[in-house]
Amino acid sequence: MPEILDQARTQVLGDGVGLDQAGILAVLNLPDEHLPAALQLAHDVRMRWCGPEVEVEGIVSLKTGGCPEDCHFCSQSGLFTSPVRSVWLDIPSLVEAAKQTAATGATEFCIVAAVRGPDDRLMKQMREGVAAIKAAVDIQVAASLGMLSKEQVDDLVDMGVHRYNHNLETCKSYFPNVVTTHSWEERWETLRMVRDSGMEVCCGGILGLGETVEQRAEFAAQLAELNPHEVPLNFLNPRPGTPLGDRPVVEGKDALRAIAAFRLAMPRTILRYAGGREITLGDLGTRAGLLGGINAVIVGNYLTTLGRPATADLELLDELKMPVKALSATL
Amino acid sequence: MTTMTTTELWCDRCGESATATAHPACASARQLEPPRFCPRCRRRMKVQVLPVGWSAVCVEHGEIRG
Repeated sequence: MPEILDQARTQVLGDGVGLDQAGILAVLNLPDEHLPAALQLAHDVRMRWCGPEVEVEGIVSLKTGGCPEDCHFCSQSGLFTSPVRSVWLDIPSLVEAAKQTAATGATEFCIVAAVRGPDDRLMKQMREGVAAIKAAVDIQVAASLGMLSKEQVDDLVDMGVHRYNHNLETCKSYFPNVVTTHSWEERWETLRMVRDSGMEVCCGGILGLGETVEQRAEFAAQLAELNPHEVPLNFLNPRPGTPLGDRPVVEGKDALRAIAAFRLAMPRTILRYAGGREITLGDLGTRAGLLGGINAVIVGNYLTTLGRPATADLELLDELKMPVKALSATL
Repeated sequence: MTTMTTTELWCDRCGESATATAHPACASARQLEPPRFCPRCRRRMKVQVLPVGWSAVCVEHGEIRG
């Protein structure tokens, strides 16, 4: 057994204290023959500190495309030659999407907009949309609207938005290679305000943007410092027309190593499978991740791409005897 | 809703000619993506992805759903 896994067994599984950056890097560098042991330990950590339940979420794009920012992985930037056009979702369709999500057994519904930050029109749409959802559907509402002002944070709290997603995307040292129109620190400031407001903080990122393994460890350590309630873990799905459109997808074993490492860095967080798992891991890898530290999934489609049918994930959870977290357990 | 009759002249993923060459990579990718280009006129469509399904609207040829 590699020394780092012995250390993690005592420190993370036993005491609930996450690995530091050096420890995370050691897990990310484990040879293939030790990957099953790392995944088993990460699963044990998840079961001990989070339990067997899996949080299921659906997401929908309220405002698609036409974003002024230049996040190099994103097909919704208006600065690239991506074929994605700008579209707004009307409120009846938003409520219908929430109903479809709730029908899968999901307890979370995240409303997302491709913007630098919300303007008055978007905040008005959010206020009306969240109220309409709460009147019609029994589901928790989360939001992801870019960078916020303090006033907007307070408005979202007033609306009843219980969790806010704002991904750091990658580590601080690599961020300028991925985004040039705003800074990592600006994102951190929004996260700080969200935390101070009492909303739950959801913050993760994307692996496979060209970062080194060392930078992947740096990212996990920076997320651990933030200590978010939830960490969505995406794997790059290279989008046509974006600057990262020709990048290779993350190797499956590297993705699984990352899942184990992120769990060993953050034993108590909700670690969610998000975009890209279908092409990076496929069906077998999806199962391996759920048995290697993951305890939440996005079901159904993503913002501009499609996911596995929700039934496929729910049947897998049933087979793995992992109960879907009930709404009552989240309130 | 207008139902599109697909006379596929253009690849609905990359927008290039669908008759000149085959598009196996696009066909594979389309299993996890909605269409982006109208297959009849090559216009970029307004696409809304939903948790279950998607809709795509061509200003000339109407809406398709999947």
